[in-house]
Order: sequence, then C-alpha cells, then structure tokens
Amino acid sequence: MIKKIKDYKLENVYKKIINGERITVSEAKEIYNCPDPKVIGYLAHLVRKKLHSNITTYVLNQHINYTNICVNRCKFCAFSREKDQDGAFELTISQIKRKIEENINEPIREIHIVGGCHPHFGLDYYVDMIKELKRLRPNATLKCFTAVEIHHIAKISNLSVKDVLIKLKHAGLDMMPGGGAEIFDSEIRRKICPEKISGEKWLEIIETAHSLGIKTNCTMLFGHIESVEHRIHHLDKLRRLQDKTNGFICFIPLPFLTKNSRLKIKNEISGIEKLKTIALARIMLDNIPHIKSYWIMLGLKLAQAALYFGANDFDGTVVEEKIGHMAGATSPNVLARKELEDMITGCGFKPVQRDGLFRFVSQ
Amino acid sequence: MRLQNIINKVSKEERITFDEACFLYEDGDFYELGKLADEIRRKKHPNNIVTYVVDRNINYSNICVCGCKFCAFYRPPNDPSGYVITFEELDKKIEETIQLGGTQILLQGSLHPDLKLDFYIEMLSHIKQKYPQIHIHGFSPPEIVHFSKINNLSIEQILQRLIDAGLDSIPGGGAEILVDRVRKEVSPNKCTADEWLYVMEIAHNLGLKTTATMMFGHRETKKERILHLIKLRELQDKTKGFTAFIPWGFQPDNTRLKARKVTSVEYLRTLAISRIVLDNFQNIQVSWVTMGSEIAQLALFFGGNDFGSTMIEENVVAATGVKFRMSIEQIRKHIKDAGFIPKQRKMDYTIIE
Repeated sequence: MIKKIKDYKLENVYKKIINGERITVSEAKEIYNCPDPKVIGYLAHLVRKKLHSNITTYVLNQHINYTNICVNRCKFCAFSREKDQDGAFELTISQIKRKIEENINEPIREIHIVGGCHPHFGLDYYVDMIKELKRLRPNATLKCFTAVEIHHIAKISNLSVKDVLIKLKHAGLDMMPGGGAEIFDSEIRRKICPEKISGEKWLEIIETAHSLGIKTNCTMLFGHIESVEHRIHHLDKLRRLQDKTNGFICFIPLPFLTKNSRLKIKNEISGIEKLKTIALARIMLDNIPHIKSYWIMLGLKLAQAALYFGANDFDGTVVEEKIGHMAGATSPNVLARKELEDMITGCGFKPVQRDGLFRFVSQ
Repeated sequence: MRLQNIINKVSKEERITFDEACFLYEDGDFYELGKLADEIRRKKHPNNIVTYVVDRNINYSNICVCGCKFCAFYRPPNDPSGYVITFEELDKKIEETIQLGGTQILLQGSLHPDLKLDFYIEMLSHIKQKYPQIHIHGFSPPEIVHFSKINNLSIEQILQRLIDAGLDSIPGGGAEILVDRVRKEVSPNKCTADEWLYVMEIAHNLGLKTTATMMFGHRETKKERILHLIKLRELQDKTKGFTAFIPWGFQPDNTRLKARKVTSVEYLRTLAISRIVLDNFQNIQVSWVTMGSEIAQLALFFGGNDFGSTMIEENVVAATGVKFRMSIEQIRKHIKDAGFIPKQRKMDYTIIE
C-alpha cells in the first residue's frame, strides 16, 4: 500500500499518521480527494489499529423514543410530527417503564433515549423518567437526551442548561448521546434545520455537560446539501472542543437517508463517499477514542465494510429503532447478539461487549 | 516473508499456485488483497470502463427434482406452487425486455422430471423465430446433464441440438463449489464437479461462450474455494471459453441450509482472490443482487470490472428475501459515482454503445 500512498502523493500524511501527528484541515481535503477508497481506508485503519488493535465492540442496547412531537421541524427529519398530526405519539412514564420491562430478561447495558422537543413536557417528566430507568436498569448506562433536547427542556422549565443537566445527573443520567449536531455550518443549518439550536449552541451545551462530568458522544449528519469542506470544518470543531474537555467518547457518522425526508436532494451520496467520510473522521479525530459503524443508518453490508474504514464499534442489538427507519432505513430493527458477534468475527475482528461508556463487559 | 514473495509474484503478473493462493487468501490483509486485484483489473481494463448488460432472468420452471438445500426457489413435483412457463408468458417477458433496451435473456429453470428435450428445442426455436435479435443465455450445466440423462443422449448431442435451435451461450450457474465433498452436503442430487466442468468444456469446444460462478459461504472451507478457482483456471487454459467469473455469497434465509451470512468483507476478499487467481479470465462481475449497490461499487476497487445485469426480473435470490432492484439509470449512476465510465455490453462483452 505504501506504493499506492506515494502514487497519490499522500506520503506526508502517511508519515504524520504513523507518528501520531495531527492532520490539518487542508491535509484532510487532500486525503478525501484520493480516488482510491482503499488508500483512505488503509490510513484510517492505521489509526484504528493503534487505538483498538483487532477489537470491535458492540453493546446490548435498547432504544426508546419517548415522543415524536417536536417544535423543531427539521427538513431532513422523517420522524417528527406536530402535536395533533397523524402518527404523533407521546409516551407516559409508565409506558416507558413497560417497554423496559418487556426486555428485562435481556442483559441490556445501554439505554438510548432521544425524542422530539415536546411543547409541554417539563423537567419533572424527564427527571421521573431517568429515576424510573435507573431503578429498573441499574446496570445499564443511561444515555439520554441530546444537546437539542436539553436546551429545549431548559427553555420550557425556565432553568439554565447547567441546572437542567445537574438535576438530570442527580436523577441518574450517565451520559448523553451525540445527536443534533447535524452540520455545524450556519448557512447549511439555516437550510436544513432553521428552528434547531445553532452549532455554537450545541457545542456550548456539550461543553457544559463535559464540565459537569457528563460524557457524551457526538455525531455528524452528512450527505445532504453540505460540501466536503463543511464536513471537515465540522470534524475540526469537534476535535477542538475535545482538546478542551476530553468529554467525547464516540463519534457517530450518520449518512442522510433521503427516502422519506422533506429535504430533497439531487445527488444521493454514494457508498464509497460514506466510507471515505467515516475514514476521514477516524484520521482527523485523533483525540476521540471511538468511531461507530451505525448499521441502522449504513445498512449491514456497508457497516461491515466500515470496520476497515476507521470504525471500531458496531453499535448494538437496538431494540425498536424508529428514527432511522421512519427515514427509510432498510436495515433490520433488531439484531441478536450472536448475529452481531458472528458479523464482527466474519469481518476479521474480535467481538467484545461494551457498555454505553465503552467499558468492556466481562462475560 | 512467504507472504511478501507471493505478493511480489502477483505484482510481476506471475501465476500463483494453489498453496500460494490459499496462503494469500488466509493471510493477506484486506487492503493488500484489494490492491493486488485492483492492479490486475486495471491492467486488463486500462480504459476505466465498467460494463453492464441489460437482460432479464426468465425462469421457465421452478419444478425441480434436485432439491438443493441452499435453494429457496424450487418446488418439488406436485407442489401446488410449481409452474412451467407458457409461450405467451415468455413472449410478454421478452417484449418487455426489448422495450427496456434489453439484448439478452437468461433462460434458466430447474431439473424438471418430465419435460423432454423437444420442449426446450421448441422453446428456443420459438424465441429465435419471433425475436431473432435476442441473445439466449440459457441452461446451466446441471440442466444440460439432466437433459442428457432423461433423454438418453450424450452431452455433445444435447448441446448440439440446443445450439441448432438457437442457444447462444451458457450461464455459469450450478457450479456452487466444484468439490464433490461439498456438493454431496449441499446439493447431493446435482451434477458432480467433473460433470459441470465437462459440460463447459464441450460447450466451449462447440463454440459456445459461457460464464462461471461460485456460491460460497456454506459448507466449504477456504481451501475448497481456492480449489474451485484453480479448476476453472485449468479449464480456461484449455478452452478460453469463459467470458467472466461471478462469485457470490450464499444467502441462507428461507433455505434448509443454515449458515452464518457472508459479510461484505469476506465477499470483497473472495472477489479479490478470484481476480488474482483467475489470471486467464478477462472479466470479473460484482454482485449487487446479493451485496447491494454500495458494496458493488466498492467491489470495483477489489477486482471487479463488470456490474452484471440490470435484472429486469430476478426470482432465485429474491426467494431468499434479498431484494435489491436497479434501473439502467441507477446502474449507470452507481458506476459513475464510483469513478468509472459505464458502458452497456453484450454477453460476449463487446460494447454496444
């Protein structure tokens, strides 16, 4: 591969990657422009190998979406509904409790909870939810509420973001998912999610969470109307914040699914571009330990290949995913643990179970 | 050290042995395998073209006495959902194919217990008379062997009669894994590996071009996959009659053969080692039907140079629940998006446009 790297004039970045030096924004562009995806994959794999050797992690997890009623009507979202619209739903705490109890015999180690910015639910609803979850699932990482939801809860409850986070943490919140980051660029945001908090606000809320000891993930929604430069800019912002806080655990690249979205785009992003973007994230985000291959959005086959393009985590069993599937995802809704492990082994890696915070679970 | 020697050999375009191929397949890393395959592919196809064919699979019957464990398509005789196509249905399908810019049909069926050779001769003559422009790519070796048995005629006689009636080429199906140990387990009633190869050899000698396939990821070992490739390579040395090789991973759903699903990574590695071993094959087809368009695109960087067929109709893989669909425009777009020039071709790989 070294010869190929030379052919594409990427020797310099290769050396930097080997030496663990940071790749600049302009170098990132050069890497992305390489027409052979194998070369970019190879470079990303160097970083991945150094951090995680031959291990690919997965988690036994459960997703719960507590409502799809949302005051933000982001154009790319096929999940959100107005309050009285067909298909709108909101779960009571006891309904959420039932969903947990339905799977109580599964040794689930991560509960992933996100929902719409509901117009009426106050802080009590969220605090009660967390307390109930903690009681039912003391061994699972409670990974709940994106920065966007936290901002909304604070607004509706007339509290500061910090106070909301403190209350939730006190109730048992372990960490936050990385959603709502989309693409940080303000022009793009204005076009795809005008009602949503700005990129700066997102980063500010996450910084507050990190300062309170709440770890988070981070995401990027790509493949819509943004350019490669916008993606690189986004990754750079994440990397800068991580330098300050060290609070990000995992980056999740989310390819935009066009099927049921109100955001119509001319050219759907290709599988190769998706892999190149994931690889670029691994190369740029030298300070974020984990990159997830999110099979819900990528589809199983591409998610498997992504393990050779920088990703080291295959997400999980995911009971009842709604957001990606309402957007047109054709992946299954749930995977059995054995299937997950077999896939990881079949791709040439050693499967290791983790919890939400990426701590290995002994089996 | 040994690995490096093999890599050097491949880079110098020297043929590798069975043992070397096994070693490279087992120990070569994902990128290295892809790179070696890609280099060979680019030498064989320096113009950056990726070809595809517009055709339709027509399955004339699903009534089959073979009963392969991996098959979700067949029905045993007397099953209520068994069928044999009528000429009216056949005509309708061919006319649709022509309307969509199609140039050929893949005519394949099953090992029907009662249909005699006359039925097939009549079918071919009918098609050729009505649609002389349509290329008939039909009857895989297991069907030919079956025809030979139930009509008490030799393979040569069967093939010659079919050719006289209008058969243009033979698809490479039914090869599965060309090792009898494996065949006994997964398809005990199907022709043997030698019979499969024999049909192809005779067909080539009679001037027919054929393709070759491999269905992997069930009961075979990695070495048996390599053995399959070597057998094809040996025959190709003799006849030069294979136009392309098409490997695809077994799809276990709805079948009686339980197996772990082949991952895209295993598929890409297998595609790459195929490109490396089959140095006398001009074309390697990627399988979007089983792997999806995105992995098919990536496969163009792992040795593949042909996107296969538009599959206006496909029933056999679809019966396992794997249903990818693509229009001509989509196929062209996928090829372009991956950085290649799409060109429509015929079965013999001559370019149409």
